[in-house]
Amino acid sequence: MDFDWTLEQRMIRDTVREFAEAEILPHAAEWDRTSQFPKEVFDKMGRLGLLGLPIPERYGGAGADMVSYCLAVEEIGRACGGTGLSYEAHVSLACMPIYLYGTEAQKQQYLVPLASGKKLGSFALTEPQAGSDAGGTRTTARLEGDEWVIRGSKCFITNGGYAQTVVLTAVTDPERRGISAFIVPTDAPGFRVGKAYEKMGMRASNTVELILDDVRIPRDNLLGPLHAGFKQFLSTLDGGRVAIAALAVGIARSAFETALAYAKQRTQFGQTISKFQAIQHKLADMALHIDLARNAVMKAAWLHDQGRPFTLEASFAKLFASEMCTQICLQAIQILGGNGYLCDYPVERNLRDAKLIEIGEGTSEVQRLIIARHLGC
Amino acid sequence: MNILVCLKQTFDTEERIVVENGRVKEDGVKFIINPYDEYAVEEALRLKEEHGGEVTVVSVGPSRFEEAIRTALAMGADEAILADDPALFGDEYTVAKVLAAIIRQRPFDIILAGNQAVDDGSGQVAVRLAEELGIPHISTLTKLVVEGNQVTGYRDAEGDVEVVQATLPVLVTAQQGLNEPRYPSLIGIRKASKKPLTHVTAADLGLNPEEIRPRTKVVDTFLPKPKQAGKILQGDLQEQVRELVQSLRTVDKVIG
Ligand SMILES: Cc1cc2nc3c(=O)[nH]c(=O)nc-3n(C[C@H](O)[C@H](O)[C@H](O)COP(=O)(O)OP(=O)(O)OC[C@H]3O[C@@H](n4cnc5c(N)ncnc54)[C@H](O)[C@@H]3O)c2cc1C
Repeated sequence: MDFDWTLEQRMIRDTVREFAEAEILPHAAEWDRTSQFPKEVFDKMGRLGLLGLPIPERYGGAGADMVSYCLAVEEIGRACGGTGLSYEAHVSLACMPIYLYGTEAQKQQYLVPLASGKKLGSFALTEPQAGSDAGGTRTTARLEGDEWVIRGSKCFITNGGYAQTVVLTAVTDPERRGISAFIVPTDAPGFRVGKAYEKMGMRASNTVELILDDVRIPRDNLLGPLHAGFKQFLSTLDGGRVAIAALAVGIARSAFETALAYAKQRTQFGQTISKFQAIQHKLADMALHIDLARNAVMKAAWLHDQGRPFTLEASFAKLFASEMCTQICLQAIQILGGNGYLCDYPVERNLRDAKLIEIGEGTSEVQRLIIARHLGC
Repeated sequence: MNILVCLKQTFDTEERIVVENGRVKEDGVKFIINPYDEYAVEEALRLKEEHGGEVTVVSVGPSRFEEAIRTALAMGADEAILADDPALFGDEYTVAKVLAAIIRQRPFDIILAGNQAVDDGSGQVAVRLAEELGIPHISTLTKLVVEGNQVTGYRDAEGDVEVVQATLPVLVTAQQGLNEPRYPSLIGIRKASKKPLTHVTAADLGLNPEEIRPRTKVVDTFLPKPKQAGKILQGDLQEQVRELVQSLRTVDKVIG
C-alpha cells in the first residue's frame, strides 16, 4: 500500500494550485455576483493542457491519470466552485464519453479540439421528465437518409451556452425504450440555446436549456452502439462522480481554510476564538472530514487508474464528499459568525456552491440507492 | 545556441519559517525554484524560442532539488545536470567551483542565473562562476537582448536605466521584472519525467576536497526580531527632531 502521490502528480497539483490562485481565486466572488462564465480563463486552461488532462496525448490531451485530474479539480474548486463545475463537466462528461466510446474518426474530429482546449464541451442528459430517472427521456432521434434528426429539449445543461460540442441522449427505439448517445455540433441547424438559469450557487458556471428543433447531424455522429446509450452514460457518470467529489473536497477546503484563519485571529473574551473548545471541535471535525473525503476520492480514482471496477467507490466518494462539504460550509459560516453570513468572505458562496453537489450527477438519494444495490438489497 | 541556467531550490520565504538548532527546519517546508532563477529559466526559454538551441539546467544541491529541476524541465528546458554528491556541498565559493567544473566540460554561449537566492541572499555564486570561467558578466538585468554575438543588458540604476554591452560567451543574472515566468504546461510536466537528468559526483568532475573546501563558516542562523510597534513623536517640530536624534543616538545606537 502506498499513500504517496508521485512527483508528477504533485507537480500537476502544485501547478494547478498556482494557476488557480493567480487566475481564478481573485475573481471568484465577482463571477458569482454577476453570474459570469469565465471564458478567458478556460482559454488559458486550454493552453496549459488542463482541458484534456486525463485524455491521452494522441487525442490532444495531457495524458495524466485520474488521480492527477482529481487533484486538479480540487484545486480549481477551492478557488471557484462554478469554474470547477464547468471544468469537470467539460472533461468528465463531454471529453470522456467520446474518448471511451467514440470511433477513431469521431475522436479525431471532436475529441482533439475539446481536449486541446480549442473548444468547450457539454453533456446533456437531463430533461423536464428525465432527472434521476433517465428512462423518462422524451427527446427522440430518427434516421432520415444519412442524417439523424433530433427533436426535444434538455434542461439544466452545464456549459450549454458556450459549448461547440454537446454529447446528448435521445430515444432511438421507442418500443423498447432504447436510448442512444450522439455527438452534436452546436452550429447544427435546429440547435438552440435557451436563457441561462438564475441559480443559487455555481453561478460562474453556465447552465442553460437546450432546444432541439429537428436538429440534423450526420449519421456517423451516433456515439457508441445503437439503443445502448443507457449503459454508456451510466459509466460516464461513474467517472464524473469521482471528479465531482473532488470538487466538493476543494470547496470544503476553501471554507475550512477561511474558518481556520479567521478563528486564529478573531478575539473575543480576551482570547482568539480558536482557543474555545467549541470552536476547536468544529475545526477538528472539519479537518477530519476533508481528509476522509479526499481519501475516498483518491481510492476511487486509483481503482479507475488500475483498470478495476470503481462504481461503488465512486458513489461512496460522491455521497460522502458532497454531504460533508455542505456541512463544513455551514460550520465555517458559524465560526465566522456575522461575517460568515456576509458576502465579504467566501464561506456563504461556498455553501451555495456546495449544495449543488448533493443534487447534480446523481442525487444523494440515488447514490444511496446505488450503494444499497451493491449490497444486494 | 547553447544556453545554460544555474538553478537552486529554496524554501518559500512567503511561508512560515522555523529555525531549530541554528538551522532552518526542512520538515513540512514548501520548496520552490529560487524565484530569481525562475526568471533565468524563463529568459533562457525565450532565447531558445528566438535563436534555437538547447537549454540545460545546472544545479548543485541535495536530491530534493530534483523537484525544482523537473519543474524547469516541464517549463521547457531540455536537460539537466545535478551535482548531488554531498562531497560537493559547501559555501558560495564551493558551489561556484563545482558549477565551473561542470560547465567547463560542455560548450556554452550564454549562462543565466538568478541575481541571488532568496534563502542565503548572498548574490555571489553567479559572479564568482563568471570569474572562474574567465568570462564577462552582467548582473541584475531587467531586460536582455541578444543579437548575433552582441549582448545588451539593461539594469535598473536608481530610477535610471544602465545599458551594458558584452559579447558572447557571457554570464547574466536576472532581476525581478526581467520577465513573467510561464506556468509549466501539464503536458510539459508529463514529458519532464522522461528528459535526461544526469547526476554528477566529485569523482566525475575530478575535484579534490581541498580545492573546493568552503572558505566561510555559518556561525549562527536566527529569525529577524518581530516588528515592534512604532512610536509617533509628539510636540512641535523642534522637539520632535531633538527626540529623534536623541533616540537614534542612545536607543537604536545608529549614529554616534
Ligand atoms: C447547476 C446544475 C447543473 C447541471 N448540469 C447538468 C448537465 O450538465 N447535464 C445534465 O444532463 N444534467 C445536469 N443537471 C441536472 C441534474 O443532474 C439533475 O438535476 C439531477 O440529476 C436530479 O434530477 P431532477 O432535478 O430532475 O430531480 P428529481 O429526479 O425530480 O428528484 C427530486 C427528488 O426526488 C428524489 N428521488 C428521485 N428519484 C428517487 C428514487 N428513486 N428514490 C428516492 N428518491 C428519489 C431525488 O433524490 C430528489 O431529492 C444539472 C443540474 C443543476 C442544478
